Amino acid sequence: MALETRPDPLGPGIDVAGSVIRYREAFNKTLGDELRRDPDVFIMGEDVAGGAGREHLGIIDSWGGAFAATKGLIQEFGPERVRDTPISEAGFVGAAIGAGLTGTRPVVDLMYFDFITVAWDQLLSNAAKNRYMFGGQGKIPVTLFARSGVAAGYSAQHSQNFYSIVAHIPGLKCVVPSDAYTCRGLLAAAIRDDDPVIVCNHKKLINMSSFVPDESYTIELGKGRYLRRGSDVTLVGMSYTTEVCRLAAEILAEQGIDAEIIDMLSLSPIDEEIVLESVTKTNRIVIVDEDTPRCNMAADIAALVADKAFDSLDAPIKRVTGPHTPVPYSKPLEDAFIPSPEDVVATTLALLKA
Amino acid sequence: MEITPEKLRWIYTTMYRIRRFEEVLLEQTAQGKSMGVAHTSDGEEAGPTGICAHLTDKDWIGSTHRGHGHCIAKGVETAGMMAEIFGKYTGLCKGKGGSMHIADFTKGMLGANGIVGAGIPLAVGAALSAKLKGDGSVGVSFFGDGATGEGTIHESMNLASVWKLPVVFVCENNHYAESTPVEYAVSVADIADRAASYSMPGVVVDGMDVFAVYDAAGEAIARARAGDGPTFLELKTYRYHGHYHADDPHTYRLPQEEEVWKARDPLPNFERRVTEQDLMDEVEMERIRNAIDQEIQDAVKFAEESPLPPLEELYTDVYVNYPNSVHGLR
Repeated sequence: MALETRPDPLGPGIDVAGSVIRYREAFNKTLGDELRRDPDVFIMGEDVAGGAGREHLGIIDSWGGAFAATKGLIQEFGPERVRDTPISEAGFVGAAIGAGLTGTRPVVDLMYFDFITVAWDQLLSNAAKNRYMFGGQGKIPVTLFARSGVAAGYSAQHSQNFYSIVAHIPGLKCVVPSDAYTCRGLLAAAIRDDDPVIVCNHKKLINMSSFVPDESYTIELGKGRYLRRGSDVTLVGMSYTTEVCRLAAEILAEQGIDAEIIDMLSLSPIDEEIVLESVTKTNRIVIVDEDTPRCNMAADIAALVADKAFDSLDAPIKRVTGPHTPVPYSKPLEDAFIPSPEDVVATTLALLKA
Repeated sequence: MEITPEKLRWIYTTMYRIRRFEEVLLEQTAQGKSMGVAHTSDGEEAGPTGICAHLTDKDWIGSTHRGHGHCIAKGVETAGMMAEIFGKYTGLCKGKGGSMHIADFTKGMLGANGIVGAGIPLAVGAALSAKLKGDGSVGVSFFGDGATGEGTIHESMNLASVWKLPVVFVCENNHYAESTPVEYAVSVADIADRAASYSMPGVVVDGMDVFAVYDAAGEAIARARAGDGPTFLELKTYRYHGHYHADDPHTYRLPQEEEVWKARDPLPNFERRVTEQDLMDEVEMERIRNAIDQEIQDAVKFAEESPLPPLEELYTDVYVNYPNSVHGLR
């Protein structure tokens, strides 16, 4: 099936066979597709099989990993290709890099995005640099996926979105799907890509549903999409903040303000053109990032606009982000941390009055 | 363990090649020819030689910042190594890696690694690939006594054990982590004792005796190839020079200690053994030494005369695919 590499502004055409499914189902389905498509692909991580497959004990099923991302896969592909790991992030991420360098295509479940720092040296010093420092020898076709984002009282160590540290490192790639459709296309593209790619799955998206074609497809890494076309202001979202932008645009529309929404989808490579194209038209931009404000992706996109589209701006570049604090536990504090549609609306209205 | 005459010649050639490469490299570095730091391994030749004598190009080794001996024993050509250290375009990594990152994937050399302990999981991963593909190859991880303080060694040994991977952990205990003595930094007298915690054999080996290393490695690698899982070898050895080219080891160790180790030098040790047993004669060994002396001189000449990398190389090899690569990377 040939879908446009830059997704259509309104998502896939309705003439394509498909159905409305949850993000987690799209994710699980894609893992199965890729395991079936390429015998070199295998999955490893904590609880991906969850000890399932011990038929002598009558244990043939288990959780299937955090949020059931890998549920059912061990039954079809067996314990060699759906491989439980001990709790050893540096060890198994390093082993995945070594396996990738020597001819297989590991897909690694890091469980929570926050745990990336436990494996960080392997990603920073090996995955990102081996090909370069070896003068182009070897490739690292490793995909890592993890749950990111603030939700449901996961608090300080299981809620972070510091994907900017991944985007910061030459040699790594990072994608942030925003719904079931983009999850499926970006995950398939990541697994088929020959470079190390980190796929961030926001917890709030995992149980949301959207239209997903039946047939397998990829979304080109490094391309954003327009989720809504408009003329008054550009709202930039990534991961769950794309949904925040969508809700904000509905409120703004009721007030006669026509917002354009860009869904970044990839943070490295990053689609500079779509941001510049939109802001050149709307002349105003609000970048919404759930990460903390210092050195985050919103700061990087703001710098891009200041650098390359300054003359088209009618108002200052605005960022709506989390505060410079850890993520708190208690519900009212957690709510106050998260950029809300109302925050985006207030910032946009102030911008339009400026 | 039986050694064929060809293998004996290979062992002597390899140990002498490592020795001369390191000695000449230090001379060249003193003249400012190397563009960065060089960590030499002369004194430790018996280890990589005795291990790699059992490996083919299809087997993978992971290495360390002190990796020249591993490279040479795995069959990597000295001219490309010297050119790499001189920062030249003809180097094995196009001059982009230097001494600490020499790799040659055509020889199964998975790269020297500048982060202590970081290369260990890579060799485990190579063994995982081998197991998944069922191609009969093995992974060998070289690391020093200093790396045994890193978490990656624990994680890697546990992973290799629970997955029963075809991997051999080779700890080259040269008794100093930079300048810190092993007695200070390691909680056990024999690091090999730790293997028991991972349900794998742990063997202490005289790392100055290539025959001892050859025998222990043969057993460990056969065990890995047979699918019986990992082995840990601790090679007791010694580096003759400092931690890196400009380090004076006499600030932290005694000349008397060095003399004790040098009395057990792996090369004269080998020469004595093969002469006594009529396996090789001095004429043949001299011919080998002369040929290697010439090879290393040629390597220096090749490195000196080679071009520097073109500036476009700054931007290549970061990714396999990256859109707008120059625009995107600048």
